Amino acid sequence: MTDIHDTRREMPLGLAQRGYTGIIQHLSAKDAGSALSDIELESRLIELGFVEGARVEVLHEGLVGRDPIAVRVDNITIAVRRREAMAIIVA
Amino acid sequence: MELPLLHLALVGTPNSGKTSLFNALTGSRQKVANYPGVTVERKEGFFVTPLGRQVSVVDLPGTYSLRGRSPDEEITRDFVLGKASGETVPDLVLCVADSTNLRLTIRLLLELKRTGRPMILVLNMFDIASRRGITVDVERLAGELGVPVVTSIAVRKGGTADLLALTDDISAKLAAEPQENNWHALSVAELRATQREADRIIGDCVSLPARPDTWTARIDAVVLHPVGGLIVLALILFVMFQAVFAWAQPLMDLLNNGFDALGEFVHATLPAGLLQSFLQNGVISGVGSVIVFLPQIIIIFLFILLLEDFGYMARAAFLMDRIMGGAGLHGRAFIPLLSSFACAIPGIMATRVIDNKRDRLTTILIAPLMTCSARIPVYTLIISAFIPAKDVWGFINLQGLVMFGLYATGIVSALAVSFLIKFFMLRDFAPAPFMLELPDYKMPQLKSIALGVYTRAKMFLHRAGTTIFSMMVLIWFLASFPQPPAGATEPAIDFSLAAIIGKAIEPLLAPVGFNWQIAVALIPGMAAREVAVAALGTVYAIEGGKEAAEQIGSVLATKWSLATALSMLAWYIFAPQCASTLAVIRRETGSWGWMAATFTYMLVLAYAASLVTYNVAVALGAG
Repeated sequence: MTDIHDTRREMPLGLAQRGYTGIIQHLSAKDAGSALSDIELESRLIELGFVEGARVEVLHEGLVGRDPIAVRVDNITIAVRRREAMAIIVA
Repeated sequence: MELPLLHLALVGTPNSGKTSLFNALTGSRQKVANYPGVTVERKEGFFVTPLGRQVSVVDLPGTYSLRGRSPDEEITRDFVLGKASGETVPDLVLCVADSTNLRLTIRLLLELKRTGRPMILVLNMFDIASRRGITVDVERLAGELGVPVVTSIAVRKGGTADLLALTDDISAKLAAEPQENNWHALSVAELRATQREADRIIGDCVSLPARPDTWTARIDAVVLHPVGGLIVLALILFVMFQAVFAWAQPLMDLLNNGFDALGEFVHATLPAGLLQSFLQNGVISGVGSVIVFLPQIIIIFLFILLLEDFGYMARAAFLMDRIMGGAGLHGRAFIPLLSSFACAIPGIMATRVIDNKRDRLTTILIAPLMTCSARIPVYTLIISAFIPAKDVWGFINLQGLVMFGLYATGIVSALAVSFLIKFFMLRDFAPAPFMLELPDYKMPQLKSIALGVYTRAKMFLHRAGTTIFSMMVLIWFLASFPQPPAGATEPAIDFSLAAIIGKAIEPLLAPVGFNWQIAVALIPGMAAREVAVAALGTVYAIEGGKEAAEQIGSVLATKWSLATALSMLAWYIFAPQCASTLAVIRRETGSWGWMAATFTYMLVLAYAASLVTYNVAVALGAG
């Protein structure tokens, strides 16, 4: 998939390393394998501010499996597991 | 003419400072209860506006939307919509926003507007926003949203003056225009469109400097460091338990001496007889032996409330998520389990933040294994009577070490039980998501903390005055009647009902080394663990006279073997002896079955642990 942000490859936030910064391109709940239904996961992500165009930065990682991650979303910080972060496509 | 009571409701996202605004508005004029049928805490307060209007305000549970994903969020939705049973529809909704973080609240407000309730947007923590260089065009924001907007600084004196004036202003015009409720649960597309709209309005009215809270970033660099963060967490827990045991001691000694003096006074003033025995042995030594633990309970709640107010609890959940995940627990279970060290009841109620049913149930089932403050009296009494206060390896106090061992055993067993539940019973569930806002740190507000500690202390004293008091009266009665026949040479208690009951149960408990006095104490101890100490005090006091009442510890040291004492400690790690906890489990799970399951598994563990401890101790020569 290519779009105006073709200078950077699209990737799920769930794979990002600490220090990564990017812009949310779209949400893709069906790729996350979360225990939540797709609609529920997408709704929750939006409610926590993960919407298209928001700037994200991975601030911290947990000890075990670098999971969960603490993500700066515009001006708030959200802790989320990598499994759910797979639904957030960034570039 | 007296105007009717004005009903306000506070709505906002978690961490928006709703509760500090609530405290600022109402002070100590608060009523904490439950909503009917659910165990969501209902906080209502009262105040009078500058123009003299009487106001009732309800602090609703924090929520990001009106979808109602958890019992808490359903209450907020139903309350605003006027569907909550037995509740008045609010005349005016105060939507509370953290001024430094408007995105999520503005979206919530746009959703709330559809309900047609009259509303005010309160930009709270406005001082912090100004300090960070955030400017808000309040008039334009009000125009774009179509809702009155007011700034407030809940934590400063007079910081809510504008809000109060606006409330007067609006309440005078209320009811002129009945509104229609157009709310329905938003679809994903509508949710996204609402967030876009919110972001557009914020873009128009708010200027955000590219300067995040540097303090939060600096603290998090240490506190959320994968390794450093865990060390900090361990240090915090260490200081907390140190405080509970070391700092509380002088106050506890003071209370103890006070009750002793009171008992002495009663003993000296009243003629010997039933009344004297009842007051001294039944009431003062019984209730007193429980109230002595008030300082420890205050300290543990003080720590938990401070950490929560500071913003650390969410970080602790972040750090522990995967580590607890190994035992089948959710990161959010950390806070309820930590609270359970104070008391399993608020701990179990705090599991409501876990939205996945299986995770919540597991947490509820193991919360009573965390060593709650009611076990402290039992542990302290037995340890000080049987474990010598010597140092091992030169610097570790042996008594403290045993206490630590008891706590550690509780934690390890809780993790093991959770692992077994995950493995055998509820294995077919995918792991629930962990999504949590990590709020910016803020200075804890003394007033909020003081109010919180005060409420808890009051609850504890209330319990001591009712449940524990009535149990003590019962025990005293059982231990005093029937009176021995004239000329009897054995101690009076040998003729009492208590002895008859205790001796009837004794055979069941003999394999774990318990004598009939312990059996007697365990029965009222079902009501609350700490009652057992008081009951032992009463039983041995009536048996041994005045000296025994004052020195229950040294009496035990002469009456019990070390093996019995250790067996009793092992018993109390697991024993399900708290009627209130069981009642809360029933209420929170909505099932007698889970309550029975908790009771049974804990009782089996208690008996098994005591059996092993006693027999090993006897085999090692401690019998």
